[in-house]
Amino acid sequence: MNSDVLIIGSGIIGCAAAYNLAKKGVKVTVIEASSNIGNGGSVRNGGGVRQSGRDPRELPLVMYAIKNIWPNLSEMLDTNVEYHQQGNLRLGSTERHKQILDGLTERAVKCGLDVRMIDGKEAREINPYLSDAVTCASWCPTDGHANPLTATMGYYKMARRLGAHFISDEKIVELRKHKGAVRQAVAASGNVYEADRIILAAGFESRAIANTVGIDVPMQPVLLETLVTEAVPPMFWQMLGTADADFYGHQTDHGSFVFGLNSGLEPYAKPGKPVSSSIAASAACRGIMHYFPSLEGIKVVRTWAGWMDSCADHVPVISKVDECPGLILACGFTGHGFGISPAVGLVLSQLACDEETAVDLSALRYDRFAAK
Amino acid sequence: MNDRSRDIGEFVPQPDDDMIVCRCEEITKGEIRRAVHDGMFTLTEIRRYLRTGMGLCQGQTCTKLVKAIVSRELGVRPNELEPATGRAPMRPIEMKILAKDKEDA
Repeated sequence: MNSDVLIIGSGIIGCAAAYNLAKKGVKVTVIEASSNIGNGGSVRNGGGVRQSGRDPRELPLVMYAIKNIWPNLSEMLDTNVEYHQQGNLRLGSTERHKQILDGLTERAVKCGLDVRMIDGKEAREINPYLSDAVTCASWCPTDGHANPLTATMGYYKMARRLGAHFISDEKIVELRKHKGAVRQAVAASGNVYEADRIILAAGFESRAIANTVGIDVPMQPVLLETLVTEAVPPMFWQMLGTADADFYGHQTDHGSFVFGLNSGLEPYAKPGKPVSSSIAASAACRGIMHYFPSLEGIKVVRTWAGWMDSCADHVPVISKVDECPGLILACGFTGHGFGISPAVGLVLSQLACDEETAVDLSALRYDRFAAK
Repeated sequence: MNDRSRDIGEFVPQPDDDMIVCRCEEITKGEIRRAVHDGMFTLTEIRRYLRTGMGLCQGQTCTKLVKAIVSRELGVRPNELEPATGRAPMRPIEMKILAKDKEDA
């Protein structure tokens, strides 16, 4: 099968790239290995659309997305992506927490971000449900959150409506070069897909596929775990995080709370199908109740887990490859790809069409990993 | 391979499209049928897009009904659709209970 652009992976990155390409009238095909569209971290994350706490190298992408895309995304995709821009509180209760938050805030301010340190009293004025345990917080009023499931499926739906061709249950196992350029993707089924440009956005599984043309991105699967509660009347709309990163989350339009969990054992999860551990949800509930005592009676209805593609230096590779003309890498998002995904979809479409990108990507090149 | 651009016909409105199928999340038959025509070809995609079976009962009431509606819309047998995954906890459980997995917690 022939297309102008082939995208491997139908996560929100692949779907957003497909949407932007289809809108330009480019003939695009998206191949997904699993049975379900957007089956990796895209539909399993905590929904943060944040600038605070980000590495300066990917900050321009999220700032671009928040300024230009997120506010109109529901309309663009004919899907309610439940975007709220009501700020991010990163909470702390000890002197050590304050040092962590001070450091993060200082680095973000240097990048021109409107974020500042506040004390417990001011934090409680912003969010009256916070306990007295909170003594400090960083506050970024332009951060927010959205629904990763409807955003991913919305990009898929709209890309498909615009003519992008999606195929699931088809695992790409090999890339092949023709006259020096990457031109073909071979599936386990034996099917061969040809295109002028191939975007590799298959999460941690991108590594093995890129290896078939001699390119390596140093990244590992790391578990991410999430829980969701029953729906309760609206309480607050801020995105929440903590200095220790033991939980993060927000209340959704639906009324439920979605909380990402962190037990510290995520890099050592059992390989294979991602499953919730027996300890993370309980540990997160203790952390949540410490800062939000009024949530103690709210019921947890579901937990889930997924793999993120944790890159060696914790920022993604979004890059053309000198040794492999035709190949574009988009992987290693390290668990914070959701907030930047609308901008990444746009710049990938620009890379694939040899246009200037809306955001400078030079810090995210594939060849930045050098031995010390 | 599952070709998401294959022709499944046009969406044709039906008189009972307003019928609520997922009672916890108040999702109607018509919403489910429209989602199939928007490319949601699996039970997992339907639930991610619409929240069917994602409420307090976690699909114990509507799973079979949703499966029947989606399979009819796609023109496949219900048993050809892969079931969506059930997950912990078995019953909704309060945070303060779930938090007590250790003696001293």
